[in-house]
Amino acid sequence: LAPWVPVVGLEIHAQISSNSKLFSGSQVQFAAPPNSLVSFFDASLPGTLPVLNRRCVEAAVMTGLALNCSINKKSLFDRKHYFYADLPAGYQITQQRVPIAVNGSLSYSLCIDNKMSQMVTKTVRIKQIQLEQDSGKSLHDDTRSQTLVDLNRAGVGLMEVVMEPDMCCGEEAAAAVRELQLILQTLGSSQAVMAEGQLRVDANVSVHHPGEPYGVRTEVKNINSIRFLAKAVDYEIQRQIEELENGGTILNETRAFDSKLGCTVPMRDKEGKQDYRFMPEPNLPPLILYDAKSLPANMNHQQVINIDWIYERLPDLPSVKREKLVEQYGILPEHSFALLNEDGLAEFYENVVKQTRMKPKRVIGWVLKDLLSYLKQHSLTAKESPVSSFLLADLLNLLEKKEISSTAAKQVLAELWKGEGKTPLEIVKEQKLQLLQDQEELEQICQTVIDRQENEVIMMVLG
Amino acid sequence: QKVSVEVLDHLEHLALVDFRDSEGVERLEKAIQFADQLHEVNTDGVEPMDSVLEDRCLYLREDDVTEGNCTKELLENAREKVEEYFVAPPGNIPLPKLEERDTFLQGS
Repeated sequence: LAPWVPVVGLEIHAQISSNSKLFSGSQVQFAAPPNSLVSFFDASLPGTLPVLNRRCVEAAVMTGLALNCSINKKSLFDRKHYFYADLPAGYQITQQRVPIAVNGSLSYSLCIDNKMSQMVTKTVRIKQIQLEQDSGKSLHDDTRSQTLVDLNRAGVGLMEVVMEPDMCCGEEAAAAVRELQLILQTLGSSQAVMAEGQLRVDANVSVHHPGEPYGVRTEVKNINSIRFLAKAVDYEIQRQIEELENGGTILNETRAFDSKLGCTVPMRDKEGKQDYRFMPEPNLPPLILYDAKSLPANMNHQQVINIDWIYERLPDLPSVKREKLVEQYGILPEHSFALLNEDGLAEFYENVVKQTRMKPKRVIGWVLKDLLSYLKQHSLTAKESPVSSFLLADLLNLLEKKEISSTAAKQVLAELWKGEGKTPLEIVKEQKLQLLQDQEELEQICQTVIDRQENEVIMMVLG
Repeated sequence: QKVSVEVLDHLEHLALVDFRDSEGVERLEKAIQFADQLHEVNTDGVEPMDSVLEDRCLYLREDDVTEGNCTKELLENAREKVEEYFVAPPGNIPLPKLEERDTFLQGS
C-alpha cells in the first residue's frame, strides 16, 4: 500500500484582550447577564455605524510583528454575508481582500519519541492575520425547539491567524497552537484561554499520496482544548485514510469533533458550499498605518499608529526567554521549555536561584520534578504554591551546606507542602533529619552496628 | 440577457428573496442590464475605488467602555424572549430544494 501524506492547516480565532469591542464601546467580559454588554450597533439596530477601536489595531500589529509578518500599511474591511440568529446584521465585518498582516512564520518545538530529552524545531508559515468581529452566542434548547441568543460576545474583536498547511499530524498542530498561545499571552494581545472561548481552532485536514496533488480537505470545528485538537486531527487523518483505502471519497465538508466519542461527525447547517458574497464595508475607509519614515507631521497623535514604535516595545517572546534561561543558568533547552510551559514557573525558578547558593543546574531538578509534581497533583499554579520560592531556597541551602541529605530534603518538602508555617530548619529539628558531621560519633555508630551483627559481618568479609 | 433558473434558485437561497413572478425576474434582468453599462468605461490601468471614503481618515476610537447596559431597551422589540435572551428558531431552517418548494421558478 502506498504511503499517505497527511496535510494539516489551521484557522485560529483569538479574542483580542481589550476593554471594549472592535467597532463599539460596549464592554468585553466573559461572564455577564445576557444581553447586558450590547450596544445598539452590536444589536444591528438601523442607523448605527462601526467605529474602529485603536487598541484592537495595536493588538493585531503586535501579533503580526511577533509572527514575523509584513504589516500592510493599508488594509481594508469587508462584509461577509450569511444568516444566523447570533449574527444580527446578517454579515460579519472582516478583512478578506487586504488583511492587516501577511506572510509570517511561527517556530515551535516537538519532543521526538515522547522523550523530553530530544527536541526538534519546526516552522509553520502564517498566511495572514485579519481583524474581524465575533458573533453572539446561541444556546440550543432542543426540548422547546428554539435557540436562545445572547449578543454579549457579538462584536468583540478577533484576530484570525491563518496557518498554512505545513503540519502533518495532531502533535504538530497542538505544539504550534501552544506556542501561539504563549506568544499571545506574552504580548498581552489575547489572553488566549481556550476554555473561555478566547482561542478557537478549526483544522483543515486532507491526505494524499507522495507526488500526487493534495486531496479533498475537510474542516474540523468544535475543538475545545489543545489535547482535543491533537485527537481530532489524528482521528480525521485516520478516517480519511480508511475511507480512501476502502474505495470511498472524501467530501469537502465541515465536521464537528465529538470529544466524548473521540470522533468527527458531519455538521448540521453546513451542507453545501457557502457563498458569502463579500463586498467592501462601505462605512469604513481604508486602515492606514505608519512607520518612523512615513509618520505624518501634522496629524493628531491619538489618530496615528506607528508600527516601528510598537516593534520597539515588543516584550521578549517565549523563544527568546528560553534561550536566555539556557544561557544564564546553564540548563537544558528541554528544561527552559518546561519552565515556560507552566504559568509563573520560570519566575519562580529564577527567584529560587536568586535566594540560594545551590547551582542553578541543581535547582532545576527540584523545581521541575519535586515542586512541579506537587503543583500538578493539586492543580495549582506556581503563583498559588503554598511553598514559596523563599522557603524552597531556604531548604535547598540546607541541602547545599550538607546539613541534610537529599532524601531528608524531600521529606522536609512534603512537610512544607502542608503550609503550616514552619521553616525548613524547624522541620529538620522536629524530625531529627540533621546529617551527622562528627567523625567520632559516626565511627561509634558504625562500630555498634558491626558489633551487633557479627555473623552478617563475617559473611560479608568472606564474600 | 436572461438569468438562468439555477442562478435565480441560488439567489433565492442566499438572500431569502422570492422572485414571485416573471415581472420580478424581469426587474432583476433590467437592473443587471442597467449596471452592465459600467462596462462601457475603459478602466485599464485604473485602481478600483471601492469607497467614496477612500481618502478620508479612518477614525480610531480610544478603548473605553461607553455603551451597553440597555438590556431592557433592546428586548423591547423582541417578539419572544426568555429571561433576557432573544428567542430564535432552532438553527437555520434551510430553504427546500427547487423541486420541493412552492416557487414561481418551478414552472420555468
